Amino acid sequence: MLEIKNIKKSFGSLKVLDGVDLKVEKGDVIAILGPSGSGKTTLLRCLNFLEKADEGILTFDGEEYDLPRTSKKAIADMRKKTAFVFQNYNLFENKTALQNVTEGLVIGRKMNKNEAHDIAMKALQKVGLSDRASHYPQQLSGGQQQRVAIARAIATNPKIIFFDEPTSALDPELTGEVLAVMRQLADEGMTMLVVTHEIGFARTVSNRVVFMDGGSIVESGDSRTFFESPREERTRAFLRLIGDSMAE
Amino acid sequence: MLDTKLWELLIDSFPKMLMPGLTVTMPLTLISFTLALIIATVTALVQFANIKGLKQLARFYIWVVRGTPLLVQLFIVFYGLPHVGLLIDSFPAAVMVFSINSGAYCAETIRAALEAVPHGQLEAGYCVGLSYLQTIRRIVLPQALRTAFPSLFNSLISMVKDTSLTTCITVTEMFMVTQRIAARTYEHLALYIEVAVIYLIFSTVLTKVQTWGEKKLNYYGRKAD
Repeated sequence: MLEIKNIKKSFGSLKVLDGVDLKVEKGDVIAILGPSGSGKTTLLRCLNFLEKADEGILTFDGEEYDLPRTSKKAIADMRKKTAFVFQNYNLFENKTALQNVTEGLVIGRKMNKNEAHDIAMKALQKVGLSDRASHYPQQLSGGQQQRVAIARAIATNPKIIFFDEPTSALDPELTGEVLAVMRQLADEGMTMLVVTHEIGFARTVSNRVVFMDGGSIVESGDSRTFFESPREERTRAFLRLIGDSMAE
Repeated sequence: MLDTKLWELLIDSFPKMLMPGLTVTMPLTLISFTLALIIATVTALVQFANIKGLKQLARFYIWVVRGTPLLVQLFIVFYGLPHVGLLIDSFPAAVMVFSINSGAYCAETIRAALEAVPHGQLEAGYCVGLSYLQTIRRIVLPQALRTAFPSLFNSLISMVKDTSLTTCITVTEMFMVTQRIAARTYEHLALYIEVAVIYLIFSTVLTKVQTWGEKKLNYYGRKAD
């Protein structure tokens, strides 16, 4: 459903992505792991044109995009079929939780207000926040804000959701509620591409894991094989490191 | 000290000063400031959006206007432009100069406020399917105006007092009327203090409006800590 070929991106002289290929099938939940600076967030941002890749072909939903040469119109259309959940939630601070969800429907997709309201309320209900619909982001906890952001993402009925370290800005006691919502989405068959440091999530929820280091994919495979018998030495070193820090 | 005659003069001249305050000073300020806000918003947005050419033009405008005295600007427009055939009445000349002058200062205030809105909200806007302009208009600008609000009120209050300069280009506003009464009665100290008090009353009312406005605009909670 989504496929990228040979994606490259540099910031100045720093090569962040050095020829990454990736294939996502419908219903896949793919966890992208890797140390800081490995390029995983940049990869995700390039897929949604938040960063302009220097090179690379994206095939998504039957359309082909030459990443550095895609028109504004094509980008806008592509974005309307996808959703993005940010590390820092990025809710619209001047809008209530409900308005955050309806904005993309009413303004972005010209849906009528009543219909958008119903869809948004259902989305908020799904993330367990229908009682917070009229709260502003500043009145919500970090976990609640991220759940509103997920509601905002699912309300537009996207074909895929990109998650960029969705729990990294949260206090440990708040990550659980966000991960639970993501687990529920995965169970319902949502296609998800998740950059994360949550090994537990990668192990139990994702069906595939991609391990990146130094701007390229070191190893990828189904999550069980990945965790039980990693092939590459760098993967083993990374998992040992993570294992140690989890044991502490 | 204050004798009865002076008291009578002060009481007698109070409405004479207040009237041009209400019919000239305030309209001049409110019209000019409204225009200034429009100029400022456009000037700030072309810089924020980084539109080539227009951005440089905006910087040039701000550089010139902030770098020259308001009084000189008034003189150029009212006494200077007639030499090239542009005769402008004193009141519209004042409106023109005040809106262009204050527009430059407010543009910087609004630009800073636009840049203070977290960039991630723009990205979130694109990702939910909003265009650049929709994101600016619905998400970024409303937040920026709240941030800019107290500083914009600074500019507004400054403008109320700066309108006294227009007496030099023959606008019959509060201060000119005061000067005329003083010239006739020789009570300079008392009368100029009196007009100062009226300016203070105007500023006080505006300060109250600012406090009220800030409360209204604070509907979505405190800024992130």
